[in-house]
Amino acid sequence: MLIVFFPLIVLFIVAPAFAEDISLHGFVQGNYSARVTGDRPPESKGGDLVWADERIQLKIDGGIKAFRFFTKTDLIGEHINEKADVEFREAYVDYAVKNWDARLGKQMFTWGVGDLIFINDVFPKDYEAFFSGRPMEYLKRGVDAVKVGLYPKVTSIELVAIPFFKSNNYPKSERFIMYDSMPNVKERSEKEPNPRVKNTEYAVRIYRDILGMDAALYAYRGFHRKPAMMVDNPDSPKYITYFYPRLSVYGFSLQGRMLEGVVSLEGGYYDSKEDRAGKNSMIPNSQTRGLVGYNRQLWEDFTIGIQYYSEYMHRYTEYKNSLSPGSPRDKRLKQLTTLRLTQLLKYQTIKLSLFTFYSPSDKDYMINPEFKYSLSDHVWFAIGGNVFGGGKPHTEFGQLNKDDNIYTVVRYEF
Amino acid sequence: MRRFLVFLVMILLPLEAFAITADEVMKKSQASFLYHGKDFKARVMMKLISKGGAERIRELTMLRKNYGDVGGNQKYFIYFFQPADVRDMTFMVYKYPAKDDDRWLFVPAINMVRRIAAQDKRSSFVGSDFTYEDVSGRDIEDDTHAIVKEEKLGGKDCYVIKSTPKAGDVDYSYKLSWIDKANSLPLKEEYYDRKRELYKVFTADEIKDVKGFPTVTKRTMKNLQSGHRTEVTFKKTEYNIGLPDDAFTERYLRKPERRWID
Repeated sequence: MLIVFFPLIVLFIVAPAFAEDISLHGFVQGNYSARVTGDRPPESKGGDLVWADERIQLKIDGGIKAFRFFTKTDLIGEHINEKADVEFREAYVDYAVKNWDARLGKQMFTWGVGDLIFINDVFPKDYEAFFSGRPMEYLKRGVDAVKVGLYPKVTSIELVAIPFFKSNNYPKSERFIMYDSMPNVKERSEKEPNPRVKNTEYAVRIYRDILGMDAALYAYRGFHRKPAMMVDNPDSPKYITYFYPRLSVYGFSLQGRMLEGVVSLEGGYYDSKEDRAGKNSMIPNSQTRGLVGYNRQLWEDFTIGIQYYSEYMHRYTEYKNSLSPGSPRDKRLKQLTTLRLTQLLKYQTIKLSLFTFYSPSDKDYMINPEFKYSLSDHVWFAIGGNVFGGGKPHTEFGQLNKDDNIYTVVRYEF
Repeated sequence: MRRFLVFLVMILLPLEAFAITADEVMKKSQASFLYHGKDFKARVMMKLISKGGAERIRELTMLRKNYGDVGGNQKYFIYFFQPADVRDMTFMVYKYPAKDDDRWLFVPAINMVRRIAAQDKRSSFVGSDFTYEDVSGRDIEDDTHAIVKEEKLGGKDCYVIKSTPKAGDVDYSYKLSWIDKANSLPLKEEYYDRKRELYKVFTADEIKDVKGFPTVTKRTMKNLQSGHRTEVTFKKTEYNIGLPDDAFTERYLRKPERRWID
């Protein structure tokens, strides 16, 4: 019980002693989504419900001199698993002086220029949240990390070290109906990289303005955040182990005003270090990923955003030869397009938005329309839907074909 | 003899020397309204009031720094305190007179900095009756200006300038501005729609002297068609505080320095 009141203890006892100024903000929120296809995932506990919770988020912010601290804590009542929980979403201390700063603790990173497409943003994400209509901030997972920013005159540099690995959260069979290549193998376990010095992830971003464009270079050394699958015996598998192979990423991004809008370019080389030869079909092959995006305001309070993204697999022949017969085969060039339309109305109290993914190579899609209305400065609600389909039973959105859902969020902010 | 000299001077000097042109009035007004000082800081309260009287609040700190002469480049930095859903959000504009601005937005909930498209300068600023152009100024060359008349407004001698957009992509067909002859501030602006009917009115409701610069510290923009209006109060106003160029960078967009935004 003590842990539930931790943020309050910080607020009322600890913080005022150290802080010149302190603020408390947050929200109370209800968030519910329901599958509308009538199908149920195999391990469903919530029936048609994909997500149902009420939560209180407390954000405490304060500081003294060069130090500032920030905590963001969610107190959650969750209905599908019928449990109460506390989630420390972020909790860090900042130290800042003229030419450099540092942030220590649980924090979120958003790098790159993609709109919901990530190449150089190698930090953990929660796709389960994204596919079940939770507010956008829940797509990002906080990580325990140290970040150091250096700001010499010529460029800015951000260095990140993450000692404790955190994977992406992908849809699971409790909430979603997913493709499973080995449905008969029930024995499964997951093995995450241990917190050892040699397993610490490092990421660096160097950025500056070049001819009016925001330019950045990125490098990352760590692990794939999507697990690879290993079986005990390929001929008659009885046991599956999920693990996270080593990965390095090198990339760049550019973003700037062009063609009466904003143009974004991003690229990255994914060096899959544990399978450079490409002969192990369980581990993703090395890839080159690229993104081009364009954003423009067409009339008052209406913007359109389009993106084209591609993933090119190196060592494709080796990959094909290593696949066991009957396994689904990925395309050499995976392509993805997105469209975002946003219209604000009634003095920006109403937001109508549409976001779609469509893959020309996999022929699958996701469509997310949303209506958001701010009743006042404190209360807003949103209603939306996620529609998946097309493609094959194993493709990214195709496998979610039976997971179409509608969702609502009601939030009171203070 | 004196009569002859006056006559001689009148003949020798071109007529324009006696009369200020409309463009000059507008340039002086721009200098006075949007370019005073090397830099500027204000804590801004915006009250968005609907026809029915429902109020919404936008509270922000605005920083501005000039680069070059009046009418030249400027950088703006805005930090939001209220409402709760935009608290800690920051917004940065590099304004260029002859081309589209660069705009960036920082969204704290996902720790994300994004460039945003900035073509339509007539879009509403944070849901208010003011447009982006009303906040940071419209290029003088985008309109043709003419002095319609000179008259008193609230006891102050004013030029009344008619500004007609050169391009047809603007929400008004023309604008009348009452520019105070003494300090060049716009005391009132009337916007006429495409049917040439009055639909929006700006008024400077309070003018204070801040460090020797006459400054509009209260202003209202009212939309006569929707009945919606926005009242803006500058609570703390300072000039020449020595804002460094660093204050307008991605670093401070993500984590603004307290001393500049409080």
